[in-house]
Amino acid sequence: MAETKTPRLATNSGPGRLLIAVYLVFAIAATSRAGLQIATKFDEAPVAYLLSALAALIYIVAAVGLARAGHAGRRIALACCAVELVGVVGVGALSLVDPDLFPDETVWSQFGSGYGYVPLLLPVLGLLWLWHTRPHPHPH
Amino acid sequence: MTETPTPVASMTSAAAAGSPVDGILATATIVLSLVLAVWALVAAMRNRPPDRVQVAGLAVLELGLLALTVAALVALGGGERPGEPGAFFGYLVTLVCLPALAWVLARMEPTRWGSAIICAICLVTPVVVVRLQQTWEALGG
Repeated sequence: MAETKTPRLATNSGPGRLLIAVYLVFAIAATSRAGLQIATKFDEAPVAYLLSALAALIYIVAAVGLARAGHAGRRIALACCAVELVGVVGVGALSLVDPDLFPDETVWSQFGSGYGYVPLLLPVLGLLWLWHTRPHPHPH
Repeated sequence: MTETPTPVASMTSAAAAGSPVDGILATATIVLSLVLAVWALVAAMRNRPPDRVQVAGLAVLELGLLALTVAALVALGGGERPGEPGAFFGYLVTLVCLPALAWVLARMEPTRWGSAIICAICLVTPVVVVRLQQTWEALGG
């Protein structure tokens, strides 16, 4: 459990790659599920399925942002993690207050309890990782 | 673990006869995946990159999952239908991608974190297998 201390870390190596792996798993799972739901029974719960598709898209973009690691990549990842956190907390709260709003489960319903609360954990870990690997203020 | 995304799935824990994704093959993939996860965890804790055992384990796991997919497709060809087709195929697609994803990412990361990636994905795989079984057996949905 020895922590390696490297002054400047890229977001796409070491623990970051593990984070990207989990993001990719969620991207694949959410994309395939939302895609099939939209294709086969869109009318049953359009809001829930569109939300799942949006969540899937954000997971993909976040993974790409972390993997690209540059300045732009960091910004993209930061935006995605922020949107995810707002999404999972917002949808989680709404799904508890008014269950009729989402007649079918989304990744973010009940704060992601159907997925072991990983959807709630991921953006937090993402933000912590971006903070941990932040570039130093003085470039020289 | 008290709540599952589909309430009807929770009462189908008993193996229903005739499910193509519930049997010795599915159990074998779950056990192999968990053993591999422990092995990879030990490697990560010892600061070791993914070794041959992990790579070979992933290959065998992928073969097992592909065999499971073939079994499901054969059952579909025979006229059987999963309880929740959308979720079932979603999980099936995800499942066969997992070991391949672990292998690709672990190759890119030849450090302890490569082993950690394999560990994480091998912990996810059994969950997806179980969900696959639940979405086959769920009535209605």
